[in-house]
Amino acid sequence: MIMNNNINNALKGQKQITMNRLNKLFQEKKDLLSIYFTAGYPQLNDTMTVLTALQDAGIDFVEIGLPFSDPLADGPVIQQSSNLALKNGMSLNRIFEQLGDMRKTITMPVTFMGYINPVLKFGIEKFVKLCAKTGIDGLIIPDLPFEIYIEKYKELFDDNGISNIFLITPQTPEERVRMLDENSSSFLYMVSSAAVTGAKKGISEVQTDYFRRIKDMKLKTPKVVGFGISDRESYQRVCNYSEGAIIGSAFVKMLGQSQNLKSDIKEFIATIK
Amino acid sequence: MFQPDEKGFYGQYGGAYIPEMLIPNIEELKSCYLKIMESESFLSEYKKLFTDFAGRPSPLFKAERLSAKYGANIWLKREDLNHTGSHKLNNTIGQILIAREMGRTRIIAETGAGQHGVATATVCALMNMQCVVYMGETDIERQAPNVARMRMLGAEVRPALSGNRTLKDATNEALRDWIANPTDTFYIIGSVVGPHPYPDMVARLQAIISAEMKQQLKEKCGSELPDYVIACVGGGSNAAGSFYHFIDDASVKLIGAEAAGLGLDSGETAASIARGEPGVIHGSLTYLMQDDDGQIIEPYSISAGLDYPGVGPLHSYLMESGRATYLPVTDKEALEAALELTRMEGIIPALESAHALAILSKLNFKKSDRVVVTVSGRGDKDMKCYMDYFKLTDK
Repeated sequence: MIMNNNINNALKGQKQITMNRLNKLFQEKKDLLSIYFTAGYPQLNDTMTVLTALQDAGIDFVEIGLPFSDPLADGPVIQQSSNLALKNGMSLNRIFEQLGDMRKTITMPVTFMGYINPVLKFGIEKFVKLCAKTGIDGLIIPDLPFEIYIEKYKELFDDNGISNIFLITPQTPEERVRMLDENSSSFLYMVSSAAVTGAKKGISEVQTDYFRRIKDMKLKTPKVVGFGISDRESYQRVCNYSEGAIIGSAFVKMLGQSQNLKSDIKEFIATIK
Repeated sequence: MFQPDEKGFYGQYGGAYIPEMLIPNIEELKSCYLKIMESESFLSEYKKLFTDFAGRPSPLFKAERLSAKYGANIWLKREDLNHTGSHKLNNTIGQILIAREMGRTRIIAETGAGQHGVATATVCALMNMQCVVYMGETDIERQAPNVARMRMLGAEVRPALSGNRTLKDATNEALRDWIANPTDTFYIIGSVVGPHPYPDMVARLQAIISAEMKQQLKEKCGSELPDYVIACVGGGSNAAGSFYHFIDDASVKLIGAEAAGLGLDSGETAASIARGEPGVIHGSLTYLMQDDDGQIIEPYSISAGLDYPGVGPLHSYLMESGRATYLPVTDKEALEAALELTRMEGIIPALESAHALAILSKLNFKKSDRVVVTVSGRGDKDMKCYMDYFKLTDK
């Protein structure tokens, strides 16, 4: 892939951002388990309850989903949780309120996963600054492509110590993987297969070939595998090729059926780790 | 001046705000669409299909009675006479040739009114390709004849069950399908929306509308430039095609008709330019109806083809630069305009096109003005709606 001049110039000017909680975690531990859950789900004020229960259950870091009306990289489970969270009244203002004191108790790295439109509407500068103030370590914004990030927002993220997390997929060409690797400051989100979230069960041969291919590239950035990881078996298998795994839909589905969040979360994590 | 830059931006609008999963496909398309579209083999096949299969050029018809009523020379660009009943085929013929050139074997599409779905299913039958069309469940109900046509043509119609179950939701599902099928599938987008290069590619394919208009006006009136070009705008493909070759002719007033639904302030509208603000939908930064939290507002229009909360980025740019004007038309105004065209000129228009026709009563023309209205499609698919509204059924 040919990079244009703007990007080349931006790359030359890149700053090293200071080590945050994510960098520390990746230095210290292997076989990391991360969980995705939707903010404001199943009830509006469950966000901190779920977050605390996940930390107590011993996961390594967390990905909090910021609900969006039209989440095009997500399958039905996360779509439904997002819709319900929005009906519950979840918004960016609300999530920052809910997480305002988070760092008094939450020590693990926390990332946000959300779509670009609510962030643009909120004001991306205000958003990134509030993330830093709240103690958010990284952002995953699937519909903010690398090129636009580099051109418009990299400086803002770097100045606030927020790591932007890029995705790689089985179709990402090697040269582009290298470019994303070079520009990553915490980890690469390795999408396990060509699919939206929650679509596949189990890990196939084709997938392990892809994981091995990426592993053999000996990237500088740690990789965490997400999409289609749902249980201990898939978690353990992908850890052979990466620094960890993210479970989303399977966990969100459990939340939707839970009668007792605290104990159900503990139990769920115990079946994985 | 009105062409997108290499990254697909018209001014600040457009671009490709897409997840990494779609990047390889979009990059590949971006690198080859112009090369393919300018190749001799593409051009000769495209021209052949346009004349022999689609029946182009579509006529430019002088609407005498409407001209007398509105005090201007009113011409109708008869895209309703295009094969499959709308302008949509212009785009699908081009895109399927591009898909074939790129070696893709499976075609997906979204559809609102079903016109794009039918046009896609048609070229898939012609080219012997597998076809899956996503359509909102609400639209499947209100545009049943087109669903039947798609199925007869061999396409699989998959219902979109999220949101209001209309065009936006069908587009979400099509994009998710493309994410899940990145190697064999080509996504034929039906309008000048989506990530770059779609808005530009679709505008170029629909530009035949204004290219023909110019030639036909020259033959019929001696001058290739009209005073007004009027077209309806949902995503805005027939409008983009109708405006395309006139954009640099500042004397030609370009008017887009947006679907106001029950009224701009009713909360039930699809007028994205009048009631939207810049935001990202389906991979493009453009005018978008959204709430204070940046959540996309579910649109409403009686016309399934205009029932979309965004608009092509070209139109955002044409509006902002003042080059084109976009006016709202309510359901009721569109229905009355449909009946008027039917009774005065013997043409039953699609509900979408009826929005463009309703503009005639909103402008003050000079007697010498040459006004071209694009009748983007025919009304067969809307007969149930017309029969109900105008109480045309037997007692």
